[in-house]
Amino acid sequence: MALEPEPEYLVGGEGSGGRPLVPFAPVACDFLDALSQELRADPRVAEHPDVMTFAFWCRAAHIARLKTDFEGSRPGQQARIGLGRVFHITPSNVPVNFAFSFVFGLLAGNANIVRVPSKPHPQTGMICDALRTVLAQERFAELRAMTTFVRYGHNDRLTGAYSAGCNARIIWGGDMAIQNIRKLPTPERCVDIAFADRYSFAILRAPAVLALDCAGLARLAESFYNDAYLMDQNACSSPHLIAWLGGQAQAASGIFWEAVGRIAEKKYPLSEIQAIDKWTHLCQDAIDRTVVSGVWKYANYVYCLKLQSLPAKIDELRGRFGYFYEYDAGCLDRLAPIINARVQTLTYFGINQAELLDFVISQRLAGIDRIVPVGRALDIGLIWDGYDIIASLSRVIGVA
Amino acid sequence: MFDLATIFDRPAFSLAKAEKAGLFARALSELTRHHYARCPQYKRILDVLGFDVGPTHAMGDQPYVPVRLFKDNRLLSVNHDQIVKTMTSSGTTGQSVSMIFLDKVTAGNQTKALVKIAAHIIGPKRRPMLIIDSRATLKDRALFSARGAGILGFSMLGHDVTYALDEEMRLDMSAVTAFADRHQGEPVLLFGFTFMIWEHFHKPLAASGGRLAFENGILLHGGGWKKLSQLAVTNEVFKHRMQEVCGIRRVHNYYGMVEQTGSIFMECEHGRLHCSNYSDIIVRRHSDFSICPANEPGLIQLASLLASSYPGHSILSEDTGEITGEDDCPCGRLGKTFTIHGRIKDAEIRGCSDTYGAGT
Repeated sequence: MALEPEPEYLVGGEGSGGRPLVPFAPVACDFLDALSQELRADPRVAEHPDVMTFAFWCRAAHIARLKTDFEGSRPGQQARIGLGRVFHITPSNVPVNFAFSFVFGLLAGNANIVRVPSKPHPQTGMICDALRTVLAQERFAELRAMTTFVRYGHNDRLTGAYSAGCNARIIWGGDMAIQNIRKLPTPERCVDIAFADRYSFAILRAPAVLALDCAGLARLAESFYNDAYLMDQNACSSPHLIAWLGGQAQAASGIFWEAVGRIAEKKYPLSEIQAIDKWTHLCQDAIDRTVVSGVWKYANYVYCLKLQSLPAKIDELRGRFGYFYEYDAGCLDRLAPIINARVQTLTYFGINQAELLDFVISQRLAGIDRIVPVGRALDIGLIWDGYDIIASLSRVIGVA
Repeated sequence: MFDLATIFDRPAFSLAKAEKAGLFARALSELTRHHYARCPQYKRILDVLGFDVGPTHAMGDQPYVPVRLFKDNRLLSVNHDQIVKTMTSSGTTGQSVSMIFLDKVTAGNQTKALVKIAAHIIGPKRRPMLIIDSRATLKDRALFSARGAGILGFSMLGHDVTYALDEEMRLDMSAVTAFADRHQGEPVLLFGFTFMIWEHFHKPLAASGGRLAFENGILLHGGGWKKLSQLAVTNEVFKHRMQEVCGIRRVHNYYGMVEQTGSIFMECEHGRLHCSNYSDIIVRRHSDFSICPANEPGLIQLASLLASSYPGHSILSEDTGEITGEDDCPCGRLGKTFTIHGRIKDAEIRGCSDTYGAGT
């Protein structure tokens, strides 16, 4: 029998704990600002836009805004305090999500045990280095005792031990991984937040795209590029399907993809294997999916497969590295049948946000947890994946 | 319909640029039409691409199937009952394998082409042959691995065919020395897969300090450099070391893949890989699949006139390389010459030889 590998503690030690804090506790907010500064001073971070984004996210001004938003959404000021200890099982496909997961737990007022991805992302090292440095400061001694970052390979014994001793778990992962972790027992009142595989898409109103001037079109294309290409379409909020509304879809599609292609060609570091993967995916889709009627390509930077109808299992239509599906829906109602519980982020252009919200509510849809403009798909927030994170990771003290 | 017999009657490296371009345009266009009519998956691909099979297209305008498609799909253009052989690339355990379905005609043409190409390099006379592999590789006759198929195909070039390795892939020294004694001073033929030769023939010989006397022999080998380049063994080092352990001076590498068995690319006396009358290559840029001029590296597309029972007449490989010339090799053979740089990075390991991956 193989020996179990030892867990590797990147920050803190085995037994993090301590008493919970209130949400947005001053010490937590100060700590995040110090972490932000530490990261921004690290020359390595400049080469990693995702770490830079995280660093900016943690700066004092942004945290203060999140605090205002949180308190503003709860008039009457309920008294809240963290649940206790949160155990995070974080994803390997998006390197910095383990850090956001930690911040969720901390801002809600909890001690945290964060299992970082076993894949050796350089981002993990940078962020853990900064955490250690900042936690070493005396003013954060209390947080030091509440913080553990650990790395280990597949190990149900360790995951089980951490699960047995926590008040909440944040589980990022594929369906199978989540099912398996759910089998490990937790205390009775433990809360699980599962960030499972999700599916995201975009809705563009064709006449609005056609009405854009050159600069406007370039801005839209760049925003879309950021949503889709920055994470190789691997993020759960990156779009795979583009649905056109309002007629004139063919004309709008032509100029839109052309503009996206021009930007991708300039910015996207397409590798040989990615080009081959896309070509293979295209041929396989042609074989497997009769709903695909044709393809539009911009070199090997944009593959756009035309759908003549929408399949029920829309979330199976996934692309990577700039590979999309497109459907001329005409009107919103035509999309309702395919919005299942897997659908997370809807990015939109040229449509009223309220109209889209009304679509979800009035059609009583099982999916769509976020409605954001094109360009903001990757903006992570404290309302995420259908959860109010701070509320979910804290408890309310009822006072009468 | 294009008749392969017309080129089987000619020497294997005899088509000059203009004639070859015309002939390949006609023959490949017919093959594309043939597979479009008979292989439903191939038809779907061309329909989605909007490709018009009607007119004659130059080779550069032919559609190309990515090699990985042969792993996840059973692509064939004949009825199942006409299949006489199923070839597999065989990666290590757990990897998916390509499956290539051959009918009698395609299998026969592959053998014919292989013999014509190899004979042009080593001469038409059959030679005593030492196969640096194990007989065990040929176990299952109905399901051929690329290695098994290579052994059987090349065996046609030899007589007194002798296996140098036992069932456990150990060097069978008594069989090898007996072979050497039987054919002292004769122009023997040695054949095997590059990494097998290195690992199971060169290594034990070098370790024992033994030296075989194959000074007049020829060694043909193929199946990939991936493992050897990890050991920093180049083609030159390989040749040099082989001469050290068995005196052999004529060593020819070949490039090919199970998806296009038969129409292999042989290294000539001047160290260049050659396209034959039955095959051609195009190098493409990965950014848009446009065609690279000579001496610009890119992805390799391979065409073969032999593939009629499965739609593999034009495929896009996961290997990179560059064209080094056309009709201008000092060896006098016509056709394009090229070099292979290797497998694209992070590609799923796939290849031509059992267990050892790689197809270069």
